Amino acid sequence: MAVTDIIIHDEKDNVGVVVIEKITPKQDCDCWIMENDKSVKIQSMDEIPLGHKIAMTDLNEGDTILKYGHDIGKVVKSIKKGEHVHVHNVKTKKW
Amino acid sequence: MEIPKTFLGYKREDGRTGTRNHVIILPVDDISNACAEAVANNIKGTIALPHSYGRLQFGADLELHFRTMIGTGKNPNVAAVIVIGIEPKWTKRIVDAIATTGKPVEGFSIEGVGDIDTIARVSKKAQEFSIWASEKQREERPISDLWISVKCGESDTTSGLASNPTVGNLMDKLEPLGVHLCFGETSELTGAETVCEKRGKTPEAQEKFRKTWSSYNDFILKEATDDLSESQPTAGNIAGGLTTIEEKAFGNFQKIGGCKFIDVLEPAEEPTKGPGLYFMDTSSAAAECVTLQAAGGFNLHLFPTGQGNIIGNPIEPVVKLTANPLTARTMSEHIDVDVSKILSREMNLNEAGDELIKATIRVANGRLTCAEALGHREFVMTKLYRSA
Repeated sequence: MAVTDIIIHDEKDNVGVVVIEKITPKQDCDCWIMENDKSVKIQSMDEIPLGHKIAMTDLNEGDTILKYGHDIGKVVKSIKKGEHVHVHNVKTKKW
Repeated sequence: MEIPKTFLGYKREDGRTGTRNHVIILPVDDISNACAEAVANNIKGTIALPHSYGRLQFGADLELHFRTMIGTGKNPNVAAVIVIGIEPKWTKRIVDAIATTGKPVEGFSIEGVGDIDTIARVSKKAQEFSIWASEKQREERPISDLWISVKCGESDTTSGLASNPTVGNLMDKLEPLGVHLCFGETSELTGAETVCEKRGKTPEAQEKFRKTWSSYNDFILKEATDDLSESQPTAGNIAGGLTTIEEKAFGNFQKIGGCKFIDVLEPAEEPTKGPGLYFMDTSSAAAECVTLQAAGGFNLHLFPTGQGNIIGNPIEPVVKLTANPLTARTMSEHIDVDVSKILSREMNLNEAGDELIKATIRVANGRLTCAEALGHREFVMTKLYRSA
């Protein structure tokens, strides 16, 4: 089996999680969607460490981030597909 | 994998089973710590459980203090108990409640005697208890005598991806065998509260959960001076890739697998509705949460971690697992079960769940956890508000 670089929980999710030590810019990554056991590919834009999230699609300010198929926060600074998704561009809706 | 039907535990007078055989020296209050620690130092085979509270508390906060003290003494991992307090009245209240289990328990108060004479008197009784407990033998006990609590800490995205779902897989396999299970962490379900509420088995359980979470959330909104982004998620969580409390909550929630909870417990409350999953209203701080669950009567704890929380408990063995390969490598002395191969897809959840069940039974049979071998004995009382 090819190495899985990114795992996506649910088919609806717009972010995936890096599961190798890190991915580098312009890396062609293999993604595995747990829910339906499908595979997709994505090219990264940033260096992203283990456990951090990558945008699977372009996201605009105000968009909702979906992970586990659920709402986990809102985009506060637009994000391009393949970019690092974290506290610099996403915020909780709770406080 | 065929799950073993039994494990080797200590049968107690009240019919419960211990995975450990501790003789504890329990101080009622902060000022009795010195005495308790001196006795535990004198008498081998005993452990003192020092803590910071027990004076001038009142109302629900005092009731929680008593519930925690009494529940800790009643826990089947404890063979015998010495209670030491400054005054006789509160000491006696705790002794009498622990005595209902039928286990040996004796109380001492320091006022009018002083530390030195108290230490001498208590040491004699502690020696008697220690020698008595040392003859207790493990015997074959049904797997349903396991009461397993769970709580995760220093979580990162690998917790939600793999180590928490591994615990969920274990719950799915052990719940039908009549095991008692318990999850908590009211604050860390924020963002997943409506999804969690629906996992209540009855409308009553759902209603109780909704009230418990809302009351917590009202408290946060009242006390918060700014948003909680500095505390929830923690700096460790953020370093591990968790961005928001909602993301943390949905990851946290993976620990219960497909199980439904049958009741909502007060902090340190013992479950009374039979086998199955319970939610306990607890803080999400690791040592506070495990202390409350141990006081609820749970005899083995599973603790998934991402970035590497190192917590242990004096009476309830804490089994740690991680799916983060860096943590498994750099903090190996803290990790009992490494499930990082889930991330590289060399291991699936079903296999990881089986590995965790095997490790759980070995620890129930007496294998020391990493935290026990390292001497982690965090006993931390939850305090609801300031004292009088």
